[in-house]
Amino acid sequence: MVQIPRWKIFLILAVCCYGFAYSSPNMVGADARTYMQENLSSWLPHKTVNLGLDLRGGAHLLYQVDMKQVFRDREARFEEDFSNAMKENDLTKKSIALTEDGIVVELASAEEANTLKTIIRRDDPRLMISTSSDGATITVSLEGDYITQVQDQVIGQVIEVVRRRIDEMGTTEPVIQRQGVDRVVIQVPGASSDQVRDLVGKTAKLGFHLVGQPGKKNFREMTLPYVDEPGRDLNVKKNAIIDGEMLESAQPSFNQSGQPVVSFRLNSVGSRKFCDVTRKNVNKPFAIVLDNKVISAPRINEAICGGSGQISGGFDMKEAKDLALLLRAGALPADMEVVEERTVGPSLGADSVAAGKKASLIGLGFVLIFMVVSYGLFGFMANVALVVNIALILAILSSIQATLTLPGIAGIVLTVGMAVDANVLIFERIREELANGRTAISAIDAGYSRAMSTIVDSNLTTLIAAMILFSFGTGPIKGFAVTMGIGIMTSFFSAIMVTRLLVVLWLQKVKPKTVPI
Amino acid sequence: MRGIRLVPSDINLNFIGMRFGAYMLSAFIIVASIFMIATKGLNMGIDFTGGTIIEIRTPVEPNLEALRSELNNLNLGAISIQEFGQVDDLLIRLPEQPEPEDWDKKESPNTIAIELVKESLSESFEGQEIDYRRIEFVGPQVGKELKLKGIYAILFSLMGIMTYIWFRFEWQFGVAAIVALAHDSIATIGLFAMTQMEFNLSTVAAILMIAGYSINDTVVVFDRIRENLRKYKKKPLPDLFNFSVNQTLSRTLMTSVTTLLALIALYVFGGEVIRGFVDALIFGIAIGTYSSVFVAAPVLLMMNIKRGVLSIDDKDTKETSDTAEAVT
Repeated sequence: MVQIPRWKIFLILAVCCYGFAYSSPNMVGADARTYMQENLSSWLPHKTVNLGLDLRGGAHLLYQVDMKQVFRDREARFEEDFSNAMKENDLTKKSIALTEDGIVVELASAEEANTLKTIIRRDDPRLMISTSSDGATITVSLEGDYITQVQDQVIGQVIEVVRRRIDEMGTTEPVIQRQGVDRVVIQVPGASSDQVRDLVGKTAKLGFHLVGQPGKKNFREMTLPYVDEPGRDLNVKKNAIIDGEMLESAQPSFNQSGQPVVSFRLNSVGSRKFCDVTRKNVNKPFAIVLDNKVISAPRINEAICGGSGQISGGFDMKEAKDLALLLRAGALPADMEVVEERTVGPSLGADSVAAGKKASLIGLGFVLIFMVVSYGLFGFMANVALVVNIALILAILSSIQATLTLPGIAGIVLTVGMAVDANVLIFERIREELANGRTAISAIDAGYSRAMSTIVDSNLTTLIAAMILFSFGTGPIKGFAVTMGIGIMTSFFSAIMVTRLLVVLWLQKVKPKTVPI
Repeated sequence: MRGIRLVPSDINLNFIGMRFGAYMLSAFIIVASIFMIATKGLNMGIDFTGGTIIEIRTPVEPNLEALRSELNNLNLGAISIQEFGQVDDLLIRLPEQPEPEDWDKKESPNTIAIELVKESLSESFEGQEIDYRRIEFVGPQVGKELKLKGIYAILFSLMGIMTYIWFRFEWQFGVAAIVALAHDSIATIGLFAMTQMEFNLSTVAAILMIAGYSINDTVVVFDRIRENLRKYKKKPLPDLFNFSVNQTLSRTLMTSVTTLLALIALYVFGGEVIRGFVDALIFGIAIGTYSSVFVAAPVLLMMNIKRGVLSIDDKDTKETSDTAEAVT
């Protein structure tokens, strides 16, 4: 006990240096911090603690992607594909229907059913096909791996499109992640949820459709409402001539009469097709449809072959800008609904940071005073360890870029209260051993060794609670678990190693007969 | 420089003698808590029920009555408004909005409700700027999931802690520790039922931390009981338990005081947002300290532990003999 090997002393000092150096960017003023961030090489301390949305302000939205609709759409497409396949191969379609179990196709005979099965298998081997007892009816369904693959693909596209849209806002460090099977979480610092919802909430599915006869809708047409004229609607062809994927670019601009419009350029496939269709349909109207609503239905005056054009729909400047942005970023592959939303304004965030700082410093002050009053010199040594502990927590949070939330600050404050526990255990034990008549050195020695197993037990149980909290918690609560968990580990180091080093140095220097504790 | 002592070193309070009184008190606390939870129920926050809260700072001192009647004219269900920390800080709660029959699935009815409230507020304050400090909306499905997650978190951490105690001590210790833990958790939940403070996700976090803290305290006492069981083979169990609790009493109180000091700073200066969280922690630390002295040790005594099982470890027995010398 009285000796600590030299390498251990170096190790302890090195960890302390790490703590103070890497927590320093959080303590210095704004100018010095900017200097550190700009001029120090990457391994030197320059990172600060990453503040959570509840402290810096920002929007957190959880979206639920409508997967049911995605699968319904797929099935409808398969239904069409199968009908076409039967026509091409001269099979008799007795009936075809979408049911709960899948797409049920009834053919004339078992032979025909087998032919269709072979075709379906060839086109998409992932589909499940079951045959009825007489062999003439087959049921095609989407199952297992296929569903997982589609879900992964759709969510991947959603994240991609949302990222492109959010990036256009120019904010820093947005978080866009999948959560569970069919949810996407979006966190944008400094934004309000309105801003995010405006950008993300729209599917932005664009299509140019030819217009059908008014009042005479056939099965290849659908009736769509106008976007800004309630009650008025239009029959358009289901199949779009041009869709959003054929867009190369979209920009807000003005037309000859000075109204805001969206100018677009089509890619080569799109411009060829548009040229072709417009040539055949001169003097007929076509509809510009966004998210199943008609924006406008201009007349085709002549073939449009340059590959560029304008969408006008009585926009104001902001609407034109937003629409151009959405068209550039592409359409979402599915509808989404907000299921959770948390926005913190900048004023509350700043207030919380200030309150958290004040509370931590005052709490720390209380504990420091109380420890010196209770244990004198030893209390002072425990206090040194406590300060090292806080520096270490901040250093680790900064290094691993963990997110500090308001409950996280509470976690640090709580750690301050609990971190001294290890030293309290040791000091109380030393007192007892002294009361039992041990000499100074022997009492200190016994105090450390006897208290050790208790310290390990008590720290581990709290660590278990923190870890479970981390795995189940969300957002701010996770932040609490992180600081708590880090705090328990650093306090173990600082309380055992740092005070022990101080006590040993004191023993070697003073060679005391009694212990002032 | 010698420190002062919270409790004198020769303290010898008869905790075990007081155990029947403590049982009565604890039984009362538990029964009252369960009664409160059953009759009054918990004031679940939007984390669990779904719904919307809006925290605003108003430009001028608000007239709560007028605001209340105007917001309730919007037909959005029962809207509550309360002061939040200071007079110009208001917390507005909207219930979960039902989906209208002709809903086009584009804009959620809850989003529309938030917009309506904003418009109405803007009229009430005649266009002066209102600071929207916080807007939170939780859908009913997410609420259900968060509730389930909270229950799992509490159950799993209780199990985790119990398994650890089981592993480190004998099973009797594990049972006694869990009794003390359940005691603290139920009492804390009971407090929330009694005061009707909002019960939300951070409350669950607080309960878990209370569990961690309480078990921490209990482990310290149990460690000492185990040590003394090995050391004093002849001492009657009640005396030995009492002796152990008294030996660790100073540490138990010291740690509670330092933790409470830090929490009080947080309570006074930490702001309104985490006050509920800190409330729960302060109460929990207090009851956790009580339970490790008055519940855990007496329950362990009831469990009828046998000394034989405790002295298998060779190293420990050796240590015991030289400690015994030092003591005499």
